[in-house]
This record gives sequence, C-alpha cells and structure tokens, in this order.
Amino acid sequence: MLMRDLGIIPAQKADAAGEGPSPYVNLSRRAFVGGAGLFVLGVTLAGCSTYVEPEIDADAFDLPEPGASPLTEVRGGDATPALWIAIDRDGAVKITCHRSEMGQQVWTSMAQIVADELEADWDKVEIIQAEGHERYGDQNTDGSRSVRFNFHRLRVAGAAMRQMLVAAAALYWKLPVEQCSAKGGLVSNTQNDETLSYGNLAELAGKLEIPAEADITLKTPKEWRYINAEIPSLTVPRIVRGEGTFGIDVQRPGMVYAVVARPPQLFGRVSSFDDAKTLEVPGVLKTVRLPDARPPALFQPLGGVAVVARDTWAAIEGRRALEIAWAAGPNAGYDSDAFAEQLKATARASGKVRRARGDVPAALAAAKKRVSAEYYAPHLGQTPMEPPSATAEWDGDRLECWACVQDPQSTRATLAEALGIDKENIKVTPTWLGGAFGRKSKPDFVVEAALIARDVGKPVKVTWTREDDIRHGYFHSVSAQYCEGGLDADGKCTAWLHRTVFPPISSTFDNTVAEPSDGEMGMGASDVPFAMPNLRVESGNAKGHVRIGWLRSVANIYHAFAVQSFAAELAHAAGRDQKDYLLELIGPPRKIDPETEGAKYGNYGASLEEYPIDTGRLRNVLEKAAAMAEWGRKLPAGRGLGIAVHRSFLSYIATVVEVAVKPDGSLSIPGVWLAVDAGTVINPRHVRAQMEGGTIYALSNALYGAITAKDGAIVQDNFPSWRLMRMREAPRAFEVEIVASDAPPGGVGEPASPPAAPALANAIFAATGHRMRTLPLIGAEGSKLKLPTKQSA
Amino acid sequence: MAITLTINGKSETVDAAPGTPLLWVLRDHLQMTGTKFGCGVAQCGACTVHVDGEPTRACVTPHDTLEGAQITTIEGVSGDAADAIRNAWVANDVPQCGYCQSGQIMAATALLRDNPSPDDAAIDEAMSGNLCRCATYMSIRRAIKEAAAAL
Repeated sequence: MLMRDLGIIPAQKADAAGEGPSPYVNLSRRAFVGGAGLFVLGVTLAGCSTYVEPEIDADAFDLPEPGASPLTEVRGGDATPALWIAIDRDGAVKITCHRSEMGQQVWTSMAQIVADELEADWDKVEIIQAEGHERYGDQNTDGSRSVRFNFHRLRVAGAAMRQMLVAAAALYWKLPVEQCSAKGGLVSNTQNDETLSYGNLAELAGKLEIPAEADITLKTPKEWRYINAEIPSLTVPRIVRGEGTFGIDVQRPGMVYAVVARPPQLFGRVSSFDDAKTLEVPGVLKTVRLPDARPPALFQPLGGVAVVARDTWAAIEGRRALEIAWAAGPNAGYDSDAFAEQLKATARASGKVRRARGDVPAALAAAKKRVSAEYYAPHLGQTPMEPPSATAEWDGDRLECWACVQDPQSTRATLAEALGIDKENIKVTPTWLGGAFGRKSKPDFVVEAALIARDVGKPVKVTWTREDDIRHGYFHSVSAQYCEGGLDADGKCTAWLHRTVFPPISSTFDNTVAEPSDGEMGMGASDVPFAMPNLRVESGNAKGHVRIGWLRSVANIYHAFAVQSFAAELAHAAGRDQKDYLLELIGPPRKIDPETEGAKYGNYGASLEEYPIDTGRLRNVLEKAAAMAEWGRKLPAGRGLGIAVHRSFLSYIATVVEVAVKPDGSLSIPGVWLAVDAGTVINPRHVRAQMEGGTIYALSNALYGAITAKDGAIVQDNFPSWRLMRMREAPRAFEVEIVASDAPPGGVGEPASPPAAPALANAIFAATGHRMRTLPLIGAEGSKLKLPTKQSA
Repeated sequence: MAITLTINGKSETVDAAPGTPLLWVLRDHLQMTGTKFGCGVAQCGACTVHVDGEPTRACVTPHDTLEGAQITTIEGVSGDAADAIRNAWVANDVPQCGYCQSGQIMAATALLRDNPSPDDAAIDEAMSGNLCRCATYMSIRRAIKEAAAAL
C-alpha cells in the first residue's frame, strides 16, 4: 500500500518522499544532506560537453560551527533559511508553506516569493505543508494577509539561502564571492562558466554563517522572475487526477468514521437519548455523548451525540435512528424575522457615534433635499464545498490531528484547552482546504474528532454532512442599516449619516457583548472615504443568538452594500450620473485618517503610513472599471449598469455589473468589469481568479443567500434551500484589470466581494427604476427579482 | 453481502451494508478519495462518476445496484476527451480549491464525449448540476471550449 493511503503526506511529491516528512526534521540542518535517490553528477553545459560537475564533500571542509541565526526577527517574523527551505542532494528545493491552501494558491505564491530570491529552478520546487507551530509566526490564514505578512521575510529567507549557496561555491572554488553568481538552481564561476548545482552545494552551504539582514541583497523588482509572474499553480496538476489530500480525505490505519447529532439551538442540550435502534444499524460501532456547550460559544463543539461506525454512511444511518430529546436552551426564542424588525427599529434611533465630522443634524436640517433609506442583509453561511472534516488519533497521551483548518495554531491551543493536555503533546497538520471562507478558522470540528478518538481509542474521522454545515455554522452577521443624506440646491451632498446595527462577532467570544467592534466598524463604515463637510457614523447594539463568525470580507459585505447603494441613491436624487457623483462624494485625491474624526481605526492591522487610505487610488480603480465597461453606453430596455468601489483589506476594487431584467423580474448578468489595485502582486493569474471568485461569491449570496432561524434553529439545510449560483447564472463576460503598482502588497482573497452586491443593486435600479435594499434579491426558492407589481419602464 | 464492482476496469470486492451509496464505498471502503462528498442529495455534483459512461451522482446511487456496470472515477477516467479536459484545466489553472473539480472534470469529459463542440447553452446544460463555491465557472467555460478545439 502506498504511503499516501496510510496517512496524509502533504509534500508536493509525497510518494517520492519515502515517509511522512516531519516538517521540523526537514527543516533542520540535516535536511541539507537530504537525500533520496541517486545524485547524478554529470551536468552537460550547452556547447560544452566535457564539463562534469565535481561532487562536493562537505566533510572535507573544517569549518567552525555557525552561530545563531541573525534573521529570527526580521519584519514579518523569523526568516532563518532552514525554517523555510530544504535542498536535497538531488536538487529538490523543498519550501515550507505555513499558511493553509484553500484555493487562493498560497502554496504557489509563497513558493514564488522564496524561489525568486533563492534563484531556484522552479521545476525543482516542492511544497511541504507546515504543521501548526509558533516557530512559523502567524499561521491564521484569514484576513487576506498571507502575502502581506510574509512577503518581506520570505524574500529575505530566499536571498539569505542564495547567498549561502554562492558563498559555498566560492569556498569550494577558492574564489571571491563576487566571481560567483546564482541563477536557476546553479552557481556559476563567472570566469570560466563552470557550475555547481544547488543540490551539490547545499550541505556545505548549511555549514556556513547565515548572513545578517544588512548583508543581504534583495533582487530589484526588475530582476524578479517568479514574483509578479503568471506561474502555474502547484496544486492543479494533482487536482485534475483526483490526487491531493483534503481534510475529508485523510486515511489512517484502523480508522473509524463519525457523524454528530448536534442540538438544534445554540446551547441546547441532550435531555435524554436512546441509541438502541442506532446500534442495530449495520456497521455502527457505538455512540459517544459529547459534553454540552456553555456560553460563550468560542471554538467549542456544540455538544450532542456522536455515532461511530465503520463507514460514513453507516454513521449517517445510525444518526438517523437516534432518538434524542433536546432541551432547547436560552436561544429557543430566536426568530430571525422578528429579530430583523428589532434591528431596523434600533437603526432608526440614534446610536453610538463612531466617527463625526461637522454637524450632521444641523446640515440635514438646512438641506434642500433629504434622502433616507434602510438596508437589511441576512445571516449567511460560508458553505465551502468541502464541509468541515477532521481526523484525530491518540497514542496514549499524544494527540495528532489532520484537518482542513485555516489556523492550526489556534486549533492546537483549542484542543489543549478542551482536552486538558499539554500543547506540546498535540500535533495539528492542515490538509488542503476544500474552500474555507472563514468557516475553517473555527476548529470546533477538530475538537469533536479528538474527543471521539479519545473515547473510542482508534483514529476517528468526523465528517459534517451538508445539513450539519448549514445548520450549525458560525454565521455571517445579520444587519440593518439606516442612511440619511442631505443635498444642497446644486445637488451636492452636504451631510452623510450612516447607522449600522448587527450582532458583533465578539458575541461568539463573550456572550454579553452586543456592541459592534472597532474592527467591524472599520470594515466599510467608520473608514468611509467620502469628502462631504458633515459626516457621522453610528452603531447600534444587537445580541447574538447564533454563533456569529467571519465570512469572506466580513462586515464589509453589508457596509459596502448600504454605503455604495446609498451613494447611488443620492446621485439619483441629485439627478446626476452615478459614477460622476460617486467621484464627487470621494472628493479629491488625498489620504484619510478616520482617527482624526474620532474613529478608532485599525486599518487591518497595518499602519496608515505604509498602507494609507488613498482616495487617489480609489478614484483610479473607479475610473478604470467605468472605462472597461464603457460606462454611459446606450443600453436596450431592461438592461442597466451599476458601479461600486470599495477599499478593504488594504486593496482598492471597483466593479461594474451589467444586468438584463425581463419584465417578469427574471434576471441575467451579461457582464462584470473589475479594476483592482492590490499593490504589489505575486501572481496576476491567481489574482484574477480571486477577483472572479470573490465577486461571484458575493453575487451568489446577494441574489440567493439567506440563513434564517425559527425557534432558535436554522431553517435551511442543504443546497435546495441554501442556494448557490450555478454555471448557467454566471456572468458570460468577466474582465479584470490589475493596476500596476509598486505599493506594498494588499489583500486579494476577500476585497472583491464587497463592491459586488451594491454594483448589482445599482444595475438593477438602472435597468428597472426599482431600488432594492433588502438582501437576498431573489432568495432560494424564486427565480425572479421581487419587483413591485407596477414596474417603471 | 460482498459484491464485486468494476471500477476503472478493475474488479473490486466490497462488503458494505446494502443500500450504501457508491460514494462511501469508493471513499471509505476502497480509499479512492478523488470522488468527493458535497451534499448527499445529488444537488452539487461533487461526487460525479461515470456509470457505463453516463455522469452519475455517486452519493445517491446504491452500490449494490451496480454489479456488472463499468464504473469510472476521476482516478481512472481516460481517453481523448478526458486528456483534453485535463490539459485545458491545467493550462488555465481552472481549479481554485479544487474540491469540486473531480466532479466538474467528470461532467465536462462526458459532455465532450457526447458533443465535441458544445456551445454555451450545451455547456450550461451539462455543467449546471456542478456547484463551485470558489466560482470557477468562467474558467470552466473557457477551458471546455479550449478542450473542444484541441480535440
């Protein structure tokens, strides 16, 4: 049996690795020796058939033991080469990826950064997926920041390793380093064209001192060969053959399979249960009562009863046969329709001021025209195509888990807490993630697997069915917003009031918290980039009754929907073109600091010096997207263009959506045009994919997505009632332009989502004259927009 | 209860409970995990395999109805259409997370076998049963057309 069948081996060429690599062993200096397979010495140079590369015997060099790494604290974290790079004798360049691969192509982008500075031969690059460990620094693959956090230090690590390889060649050739140069996995003697391969040099290089950051020369952007290049994905060639290990694919010897019956309501409990019929189901082995969840929700499992069986289907059938009496708990009364009315009422009353400029009440009172609008957006589920799944194995007092987690470190810490064992006795290795979108930041499902594995004494894989995923998620927050604007006699906006009300994500971690956090406010509300003389942003409180969690682009979704819809409503009230008016609202190119107007603004954890809110860049993408879509062109009846622009995750994106709406309200999307300024870009091809993906994700949610609750339980259960966009509904044309920029890298995975829904709603208004302020626009059951019966032409 | 199935041209004897869907026999009994679980109710297409050449949802197809049938999975699908689809998928980096792509490739391969030059409507018809949350739909459409042109 292949090793792949026995356990997850995440390295790119798992079969060739011989045994499951411990990333740590691979990263120690021993790894430089590396060593499977034959080392072929002969290297034939073009036009020079006589040169044979000599084999370097590193032991022949008597060198002092190198000192400690001087690169443990460069910007971004530890850049010690051995933490990130292992070069085998045969030349394989093994690059450790400490972030989770979930389709954003982080394996490829991290490798591009390292390999470029390393001057590696791309064809020799393999990826080792890092386990969760503090030695790697932040591993929380969330917030669109893998490149931003790691760009500098991975460049430093690659360049340091390159310089060590060059130094090793110089030592071997007894040449000054200036006469040696590295390119494509070889170091050349510039005097005579002799070469030494990286695999041959690696062991000797590993005996040398690591250069200090001040002595490292990074390549200039003009010298980049892999950064900002359309390098093909490292995962795709395996995906098309059904290879690669997702969380749900992990196999362990003797493994059993489990599903869990969870309480319908958050903090509901099992009153009693009868598993007699379950145990009669062929293949069912046993049931395990899981501990009840207690507030706050945190990352703990929800409780309930696990059914353990010899295959997943038997576990599902066994669960169906369970008889459980549930105690509903404190959230039994939660009804999302009634709650929506509460949220809207809160949004109509004045709230807590989160940013203020000028005197909004006075300006509104003095306005020639006042416009107001209410917006509502429901709970959403992340619903990655791979539902949560985790495998856990105990050997006495040690726990090992393999799972599709976005943050293996928080998973490890959560497991230690939940099981009362030392973190040092827990190993967590992320698999590939079959989508994540924020759901897999929360490791509750891994804790379930560990608890069950400890009980049954065998490796256990827990699979969430789609029903489990949809009913028991960490939901995107429901929100109501109130906007009011004042226009002067010329139609200029003089006052902007935006009030937002939603249960905060903090409620998941402290159930007494009902106030929107500064972080959530800073996602599209308190960082609004508008220039009118009077501006006020307020928040209203709301309690959480389900687990509230991150979903791709988070609070930006509802804030951008309201802000960019209302901007278009003001344009309409002023009788102006939507795009021109939006530019006027944004005002001249400048840098904005919301803190000067009383906001507490985190800027996604970055400084405003390095990552300013730059309205020039915002204007630029808006103008570009408009030009791409031929904004202002004449359209047939029933067609319309809508535009929206939004900065999130330190990137600037403008989106134009074209809709075609038939008189009966059925809708199609002929085209989308998007311009993005994400600063320095690692892989334009994969950035385009994220722009398409982030946009469609948001359009799908805006058209169809709603998670609702009755009696505290989620109503939706599977794809018929939780609806996603399908091929036939996807836009036919989708154009992306990436603004060339040497600004530091911004986020890419999330920021395409926020402008999509308001651009769509604005397009529907342009096509029909009907302003839609409530999401979803169609819903799971329907096929048509909910237009008023008397539709304007 | 042991049943012999023909999967990718090989005989496989499995001993699963009657009525167990083919999906779980492939994944849990035969460790062939290329075929994915997405919904369990034939709504997402992640589990698509070919049964006697026809795209079939393995999550709702009892394995014990398939004796004597030719079952093909992502691990074994081959031929000109499959090659063209895989090549176009790689050339365009179609997958993002890749989880739904086994099913997408099985559906697209069957489409090209039946219709070597599908138009947009044919692509919509053949591919709308396969959900992709990463939304690779535009890339899939482009790659199917490229694969068709290469056939």
